[in-house]
Amino acid sequence: MKRLGTISFFVAAVLLAALATTPTAAQVAVRAGTLHTVSGAPIENAVVIAGADGTIEWVGPAAEADIPDGVDVLEAAVVTPGLVDARSVVGLSGALNSNVGPVRDQDQLERSSPLQPDLRAIDAYDANETLVEWVRSYGVTTLHTGHGPGALVSGQTMIAKTRGRNVEQATLLPVRMLAATLGNAVSSNFQSPGTSAKGIAMLRNALHGAQAYLDQVRKTEEAGGDGNGESNGDGDEDGDARPAPQPPPRDLSKEALGQVLDGELSLLVTANTVAEMASALRLQQEFGFDLVLDSAAESYLLLEEIREAGVPVLLHPTMSRVRNGSYETAAQLADAGIPFAIQTGFEGYVPKTRVLLWEAAIAAANGLGMERALEAITLSPARILGIDDRVGSIEVGKDADLALFDGDPFEYTSHICGVIIESEVMSAECR
Amino acid sequence: MRKRPASFLFAVALPALLAGVPVAAQDDPHVFRGARLLPISGEPIDDGVLVVQGGRITEVGGADTRSPRGAVEHDVSGKVLMPGLVDTHSHIGSVSGGDRSAPLHPDVRNLDSIDVASDSIWRARSGGITTVNIMSGSGHLMSGQTAYVKLRDGARTIEDWLYCDDPLNGICGGLKMANGTNSIGSPPFPGTRAKSAALVRNLYHEAVEYRDKMAAAEADEADENGGGPARRDLRMEALVEVLDGRRIVQHHTHRHNDIATVLRLQEEFGFRVVVQHGTESWKVAEELAAAGVPVSITWIDTPGGKEETMGWNMEMGAILERAGVDVSFNTDDSVTDSRLLFRAAAIAVRYGMSREKAIEGLTLAPARALGLEDRIGSLEAGKDADFVILSGDPLSVYTKVEQTWVEGTMIYDRANPDHRKYAVGGYKVYNMTVHEDHLHRQLLERETR
Repeated sequence: MKRLGTISFFVAAVLLAALATTPTAAQVAVRAGTLHTVSGAPIENAVVIAGADGTIEWVGPAAEADIPDGVDVLEAAVVTPGLVDARSVVGLSGALNSNVGPVRDQDQLERSSPLQPDLRAIDAYDANETLVEWVRSYGVTTLHTGHGPGALVSGQTMIAKTRGRNVEQATLLPVRMLAATLGNAVSSNFQSPGTSAKGIAMLRNALHGAQAYLDQVRKTEEAGGDGNGESNGDGDEDGDARPAPQPPPRDLSKEALGQVLDGELSLLVTANTVAEMASALRLQQEFGFDLVLDSAAESYLLLEEIREAGVPVLLHPTMSRVRNGSYETAAQLADAGIPFAIQTGFEGYVPKTRVLLWEAAIAAANGLGMERALEAITLSPARILGIDDRVGSIEVGKDADLALFDGDPFEYTSHICGVIIESEVMSAECR
Repeated sequence: MRKRPASFLFAVALPALLAGVPVAAQDDPHVFRGARLLPISGEPIDDGVLVVQGGRITEVGGADTRSPRGAVEHDVSGKVLMPGLVDTHSHIGSVSGGDRSAPLHPDVRNLDSIDVASDSIWRARSGGITTVNIMSGSGHLMSGQTAYVKLRDGARTIEDWLYCDDPLNGICGGLKMANGTNSIGSPPFPGTRAKSAALVRNLYHEAVEYRDKMAAAEADEADENGGGPARRDLRMEALVEVLDGRRIVQHHTHRHNDIATVLRLQEEFGFRVVVQHGTESWKVAEELAAAGVPVSITWIDTPGGKEETMGWNMEMGAILERAGVDVSFNTDDSVTDSRLLFRAAAIAVRYGMSREKAIEGLTLAPARALGLEDRIGSLEAGKDADFVILSGDPLSVYTKVEQTWVEGTMIYDRANPDHRKYAVGGYKVYNMTVHEDHLHRQLLERETR
């Protein structure tokens, strides 16, 4: 994980914070029969106090808890961190699944060109989309969402909290990764690339083009700072006529790819076959970017290579519709020590999106086990996304994002009985 | 549909003879002792005993049930044993139906297309499914005659799986019908809902006339006044079977007004119909109950995917149960996966359905929806020995289907790696993913559009 707190992020975050209105957070306490902090061992008979500032104020055994008078207290048999969906298109892709007519809600894939790194997720995310509320009602409080698979580079991803009336209120990080896809999935959407190899060639050319752009920008900056080219300000009195280097015209696509090359953005590569994943690893060797493998259906055949490359995996939903997928891949990744998270991905038909809880449930029941499955949809995605200082576990100082259950969260017959985001109780009825 | 087809006996007995195994071995009673039995037709029996022989259940009882002489004993203590699952709506076996030449194909038989060697069959077996209504899709008002099949071991052709005695002339399934947006298209397909209903009504009225004409011709023959038999019309024959209540309509329909249209057709022509999917059936639960029309739910996890499924309601199982509607669940494989049919019932329970009715919705209720309740769907003496052995509670995500038995023969065994792989998937286990399977079928249905 390389640096995320770049200037551009910082500026954007400040702007967004200014636009957002503070939601109604108040101090609230939760009593848990079993508290899964995820960062540590489960605590029986525990209390979490969520502070008025939206962060966790206190966590510990109920016997030691000092719940202030007048604070609302919720109770649940099982409490977990709010769930983190590692990869989704919710908010760009809507429930209706329509590309025609008055309501078009399929904004996760632009088909006008196979390479569009300049597309920003925040320009498409619909905070009011019914699917956002739907996934929140099943415990998802943080969504890594954005442009979907299907183009060589389909666009940028963002991280949202599943609340807020608009994208500004919802955004946790406006840009996090650039979404790329390798293999046949691209060729079915575009005339060219018509083959996997051509796709790789196009991607390499684009990355080398971005490198040249970066080099040119840097050269300009070194020569003149602002790149105005009028004067380099060193008071060169002998009147050397050599003009200062001109900056290249601003190119948003190359900038985004340049951020990948600089390690500011991760490249999220959707790759399912061994060949596709090996190509992704080869690209990473060539360009040295921060690679995250997406979907990774056949990753069970490439465990050593993935582990050696230190590449995390955002695994396809377990009830996969992906070729050669297995219910046991999650367990195999975990056993191999590869950082991974379970995602809901993209659904082109019914159901329109997956329920993260139930996808992880199948993994839990097929070798992963309850606690590791919970980690795969909380702390593990938070770490891979670089937001584990904010979400993913129940620790003092982290966002007070909680999910309340009346039993094992993965059992079909259990209910989710409350969702809290930054101390705000979003729902408190069982479903 | 009572008698087991002769081809079945042939398929079992002949290989046994060739292999030098005494045929009598097939007839040895098998006793399954110690499991919690869920008979469906009665209360659960802890530490129960199931006795099967000759492909049938001979006894269902408590721990004191004695084994017949020469019985093969199976210790299944700690397990749960229940009837094999019945899926009223599935597209496994590479099934196809009518083509794009017309919207109505009552003469097309799905059984003429089913591939018994398809790996998709293993999704069902490993999911504990023993009987399936395999049918063509919803891209037509009538896409074909469906096939009720039993997933028997060692099938060579579809004949080995059918419930009907005579595939040449018998009734071997239902009739797939659809309304709503899937079957709407450019001519010759209807462009609107009302036109869809009009096309169907016209065809059924034609069938009423055909039936009368055939009856008259038969009467003429009986009089020996000549006249002769009328020319056979395969389309009309299937529809007359529907009119006579001998062939059940399996009707794809989502929206409440489309369901109401189905009920109107049913009232006009008096046929037996099962609402398939029934996404908004919870809005017309009283009407469905009054008409005695069952609903078979395809369980999806989120609303949407298309306009007609925006009205999905997680509480629909409970609402229908309260209204007195006979509820079952189906996979619509490849829309959902045959390995996960249990979870439909489990999530319905989460949203208020009773455990009893939800589990019945996997077994006896779907058997009724196919008109096969005299043979399958519960553990009762005399019924087919179709059952599953589970590691625990059928509604728990952690429970595994350990064995699936059909007519006293084990067709799936999780302990066998060659079988287990179908339960979990992996490299080249399945030729097509459920998603690819779905796209493939959509292409088949729409290619000439």
